[in-house]
Amino acid sequence: MADRAGDFGSFEELAMPLFAKLYNFAHWLTQDRATAQDLVQETYMKALRGFSSFQQGTNFRAWMYKILRNTFLTTQAGLKAWASVSLDSDGDGDRPTEPAASETPESVLLARVQQETIQSALEKLPVKFREIVLLCDLEEMSYQEIGETLGIPIGTVMSRLSRARKAMRGLLAEKLQELHDDV
Amino acid sequence: MTCDPWQEKLDAYVDGDGSKEELASLEAHLRTCPSCAADALGRLQMKRMTQAAAARYSPSPQFRLRMETSFPTSRKPVWAFAWMPRLAAVAVALVLIVASAVLWMRHSAREQTLAELLDLHVATLASANPVDVISTDRHTVKPWFQGKLPFTFNLPELQNSSFKLVGGRVMYFKHSPGAQLLFELRNHQLSVFILQDQPGMIPLAMGVTAASDMAFNVETWSESGLRYVVMGDASPSDIHQLSELLRVAGRS
Repeated sequence: MADRAGDFGSFEELAMPLFAKLYNFAHWLTQDRATAQDLVQETYMKALRGFSSFQQGTNFRAWMYKILRNTFLTTQAGLKAWASVSLDSDGDGDRPTEPAASETPESVLLARVQQETIQSALEKLPVKFREIVLLCDLEEMSYQEIGETLGIPIGTVMSRLSRARKAMRGLLAEKLQELHDDV
Repeated sequence: MTCDPWQEKLDAYVDGDGSKEELASLEAHLRTCPSCAADALGRLQMKRMTQAAAARYSPSPQFRLRMETSFPTSRKPVWAFAWMPRLAAVAVALVLIVASAVLWMRHSAREQTLAELLDLHVATLASANPVDVISTDRHTVKPWFQGKLPFTFNLPELQNSSFKLVGGRVMYFKHSPGAQLLFELRNHQLSVFILQDQPGMIPLAMGVTAASDMAFNVETWSESGLRYVVMGDASPSDIHQLSELLRVAGRS
């Protein structure tokens, strides 16, 4: 309780710059605006309560994302999304099969892909893959930060990220095939 | 198949995550392998497109406001008024500078006026002909100034006092004509300057002022549109006594 106002002040200074990005991440996880708002609000409340235990000098961003993600996983939607993942094993022998279309050179493939298509593919990705792609590509976290956020070793970060991207490419290829068939 | 070990490292290369040695060796391979280079380029494009596409959702202003106000005790006024202490400090500094400048200018003007009048007084005493009209009779001295000054004044009756009128002369101060009267008190000689009272002409505080560094005392006041300055090496009480006599005469 000592210097509580100072705690609040420093928490706000650290946490509020992350607000928009955390909301975006929450929306991607929950796929719903109202649920994302609740998730962000609960994340901030939890973070504020636990701020005194946060070690100054450590990675505050990773700490916030970790709280948000863990909060999400305790919700009904989060549990459901996590349980439904069939592609999320990090074991080496559990790689998703890639569609034949993935053999198309990606540079050619991506040139034809619209932003909506990427977004649609992201939405379809299992949460476990979606979150790691977002943390890496959107938030540009290092593998170390991602490991801290997700609570997994760097090796697992790399293998899961690789599998997530392959799954993403597969979804994009399917989408392109649909578009091609429609034409 | 020979590229498999490199393929596994392409993600780390695109993400900029890996040791310098690993990245350097991979780059060397990419320069010699068009297939891996195209793969790396494709992954990089994919990363960039994902980055752009994923920045999709923004919190509504209402939600942001709700969040910001949900930490009322943390709303530090410094967010909005962080500049206030600095501004206040600058304002105080400016006020001090201006006040100091004004005080210094006033002090300087006061000192200058005092010095000029004292110069006149001392120069008069040092002169072989200190006064133009020599008379102990006020009825002689006063009329002498008629036509020489744009104002008139009364002189006190000194018969029952220790003061003695020596005479008078016309003087100029700040381009305005005035009367300088010389009085004696025992071995002291006192000058009385009578000028038209104009704003800023005599920036001396009313009452007795000690020009202590020069062992002179000065008393000044305004009466009926005239400014009187009495100065000399007599005591302040003597200066004041003569001033009172002049005040009484001025009101009559």
